[in-house]
Amino acid sequence: MGDTLKRIVYPPLGIAVTIALWHWYCVEFKVPTAVLPTPGQVLQAAIARYDLLLSEAWVTLKETLYGFALAFALGVPIAVAVATSRTLNLTFYPILIALQSVPKVALAPILLVWLGTGFESKLAIAWLVAFFPIVVDTAAGLAATPRELVELARSLRASRLQIFTKVQFPAALPFVMAGSKVAVTLAVIGAVIGEFVGSSEGLGNLLLTATSQVNAPLAFAALFALAGLGLLVYGAVVLIEWLLHPWLPPAAREH
Amino acid sequence: MAHAASFGELEHVRKVFEPEALGRGAREPLVALDDASFAFAEGELVTLLGPSGCGKTTLLRIIAGLISSSGGTVHIRGRPVTGPQPDFGFVFQTPNLMPWRTVLDNVLFPMEILRRRDAAARKRALELLTMVGLEGFGGARPHQLSGGMQQRAALCRALVHQPSLLLMDEPFGALDELTRMEMNDLLLDIRARTRATVVFVTHSIAEAVYLSDQVLVFSKRPATIVERIGVDLGYPRSAAMRYTDRFTQLERQASRALGVLHGNAAQTAAA
Repeated sequence: MGDTLKRIVYPPLGIAVTIALWHWYCVEFKVPTAVLPTPGQVLQAAIARYDLLLSEAWVTLKETLYGFALAFALGVPIAVAVATSRTLNLTFYPILIALQSVPKVALAPILLVWLGTGFESKLAIAWLVAFFPIVVDTAAGLAATPRELVELARSLRASRLQIFTKVQFPAALPFVMAGSKVAVTLAVIGAVIGEFVGSSEGLGNLLLTATSQVNAPLAFAALFALAGLGLLVYGAVVLIEWLLHPWLPPAAREH
Repeated sequence: MAHAASFGELEHVRKVFEPEALGRGAREPLVALDDASFAFAEGELVTLLGPSGCGKTTLLRIIAGLISSSGGTVHIRGRPVTGPQPDFGFVFQTPNLMPWRTVLDNVLFPMEILRRRDAAARKRALELLTMVGLEGFGGARPHQLSGGMQQRAALCRALVHQPSLLLMDEPFGALDELTRMEMNDLLLDIRARTRATVVFVTHSIAEAVYLSDQVLVFSKRPATIVERIGVDLGYPRSAAMRYTDRFTQLERQASRALGVLHGNAAQTAAA
């Protein structure tokens, strides 16, 4: 079998085998639906309630994307500030690193008190978890700019702005993208945690409600919807990375 | 004392790195360069030859104006060098091309910084690429080129703004022997065409003798100039010259100055 054919055939085959095993396990051991529904039951629930799943997914998606966008919009300039100014670096980088080690999940109840059970608290948690990977990776990328390239620009009396836009930022871009991939995945988790702690909508909320009503097929459908959402946002970042690919060196693109 | 009509003049240049600049653990200041004086004429190719880590790269950076000296003066064309000089070209040990730019855009980088990127600059960049044998590679990405080809592109980048002085820091040290010899001939060819003045750092005795009008031999740190060797081989040079008696004599002289060959001149000449 050719390698291309293998690539096309094997992954769906793996999924099919997993689903078949799952189904066989449920039927063979007569597992109660409330504990583990069969794949068929999950699919049925998903089809029956697809409008509900979509509208809840839309809420979670918005929380994720706004949180990520805010993290990016604030994280990159802050990373630039700490990477280019020694004063700012010495003053704020230790605080940033210390804050990073705080389990962000633990802040969720506090944020809920501050911001209420609406959209804002979810946005804040999603932002918070996505923020640090972007700052840390961008700062690391800026610091990793080859010294000789900066010297080359300096030898031509380039301005600081020229050095930043033409040398440091492009050199850091693979790191920014790597940080973004981690951040967007974390943003989904942040949004769901926010919904768990206190919310009346979103996939996280649906998952909680369905479980409390012993509606396992719907809970599983919500779980799959969340997985799909995670893949979607991750895929979007990978797509952006690919569109930028002339900028990125091949080594950075591979992983 | 340097000659008044010289293109470049260095007088008693010193460089001491203070402990704070050396990072943790350092208590004593490090004397990287102790009293270097020499001069070179326009169009000359001068080589700074010395053991690795002896401070010759530091001296090259001082000439480039990238770092300041701790004492002494550097004059190029009669003007003191106190900061970066946009009309110098610099080639590093490694090509350091920007992976996100095409080869042509890499070569044009200095013109972009100097805000002189126009049709004429593009034409010159393409001519340089042709001169170094990279015709048709302008649109390629650096990673598609071999190490030697990348260093050729880096050479074009250093020459694109028609610098008055070309500074080269062990540019061929990372290449294999055959490529290195090829690059030596290429450099001499480019230098003959552009009439560039070159200061070249190397730790290869053969490379120093083959390329230069003048070889300055440096001691171990703290570096001082222990010998000045005028190379009277004449240009153009060819691989056959490497096997002449005069070439061997000059190599022997440099080896003795470096301290890698002992004994007096008569003995080694007879050997």
